[in-house]
Amino acid sequence: MIEISHVNKWYGPTFQVLKDCTTSVAKGEVVVVCGPSGSGKSTLIKCVNALEPFQEGQIILDGIKVNDPKTDLPKLRARVGMVFQHFELFPHLRIIDNLCLAQEKVLGRSHEEAVAKGNKLLERVGLTVHANKYPAELSGGQQQRVAIARALAMDPIAMLFDEPTSALDPEMISEVLDVMVDLAHEGMTMMVVTHEMGFASKVAHRVIFMDKGEIVEDAQKTDFFGSPRSERAQKFLSKILSH
Amino acid sequence: MNYNWNWHIFFEPNPTGSGTYLDMLVSGLWLTIKTALLAWIIALIFGTVIGILRSLPSKTASWIGFAYVEFFRNMPLLVQLFLWFFVLPELLPRAAGLWLKQLPNAPFWTAAIGVGLFMSARVAVQLAAGIASLPRGQKQAATALGLTLTQGYRYVLLPMAFRIIMPPLTSEFLNTVKNTSVAITIGLIELTGQARAMQEFSFQVFEAFTAATVMYLAINIIVVTGMRFLERSLAIPGYITGK
Repeated sequence: MIEISHVNKWYGPTFQVLKDCTTSVAKGEVVVVCGPSGSGKSTLIKCVNALEPFQEGQIILDGIKVNDPKTDLPKLRARVGMVFQHFELFPHLRIIDNLCLAQEKVLGRSHEEAVAKGNKLLERVGLTVHANKYPAELSGGQQQRVAIARALAMDPIAMLFDEPTSALDPEMISEVLDVMVDLAHEGMTMMVVTHEMGFASKVAHRVIFMDKGEIVEDAQKTDFFGSPRSERAQKFLSKILSH
Repeated sequence: MNYNWNWHIFFEPNPTGSGTYLDMLVSGLWLTIKTALLAWIIALIFGTVIGILRSLPSKTASWIGFAYVEFFRNMPLLVQLFLWFFVLPELLPRAAGLWLKQLPNAPFWTAAIGVGLFMSARVAVQLAAGIASLPRGQKQAATALGLTLTQGYRYVLLPMAFRIIMPPLTSEFLNTVKNTSVAITIGLIELTGQARAMQEFSFQVFEAFTAATVMYLAINIIVVTGMRFLERSLAIPGYITGK
């Protein structure tokens, strides 16, 4: 589904953010990407739907080369859902209109169709009563659930999550993770940048550990938590699991 | 100072035969309003285009935006009107220059376009600042949903940017109204022009300019009230700048 091979990316002439990253995500697989801040994990998943350009290597998404100048990027991006750390709902649109905008403008669905789909997804994330509110009237956890619903409204073939719970108050994290766990159980292909190791151990198939732009470890979940091979991964795990 | 106050002067016939002195001022008032409205429309259209150019990642686009803004904001408005009115016809091929000079209402069109372009540079700077003040993730979210760059601006970035810059835009609208008075120098007999004519005919300088002052004040009170109403009707529930 997602093939990342030998991706190199530089900011400016000297600073290399991604170093020869190679991995893949199979259909229906849930891959968690973790690592210390500044390790390039967000950058890597933003390369997958070409939100971030990269200079070398290639990424193939459902058979389509992302970094081919001939690729119709808006069309490709519409097929991959993305959830951001800061939700990024559109503040001037009601919740239901946030869900409808891209369905209508990108997929060409009629307003009625889009609203029906939007309502179904709002029900799924438990926010039906808030359909006519504005994003700023919702809590962080609710906003992030809307953001997930907005991405799902496009019927994506895969979902990318960029630290979806990092900006949330602790008591709101689980409501968002619950939605993600359900999604994973339904067989959605997911690439998730997160520090939530509980989520990783519950639903991830594989865990990728990144440090300083490199993929240091790419292992089955049980191997990663059981016996990480690299010293850096061991250190990282001991730090975040010590509490 | 021997000054004969005469507030009844407004109801006395003016020597041009077009009714009373008040009629003279009112016709100037209408011309001021017409010039200001046309200039403001031009300022909004050109300001929006240039403001967007300035916010694009493309170097060429932002360079064009930069050059435009610096050209129009670094030259006194008076000089710009002289350029359009007196110099431009001379620079054009003879026939075109002649046609331009003989255009009916040339002072009106020159004033509206000249003031409009001058103000558009200021609108552009504010719009670019408004767009820049939005979180970077907004554009990314729009892009990730498959919206094209144009759709992203149309449905996501511009609606928010314009809401944010509403207060300074109000000031620019007021400035547009006031700046039309410079057009007296190219022979547009708008409100200031009529007040001056009245003073020359009747020698009642204080009455004439008191009336003009009150009329300018009245237009701008209407502008301020209208813009405040617009701002309130566009406010977003719960959003901080929307309160």
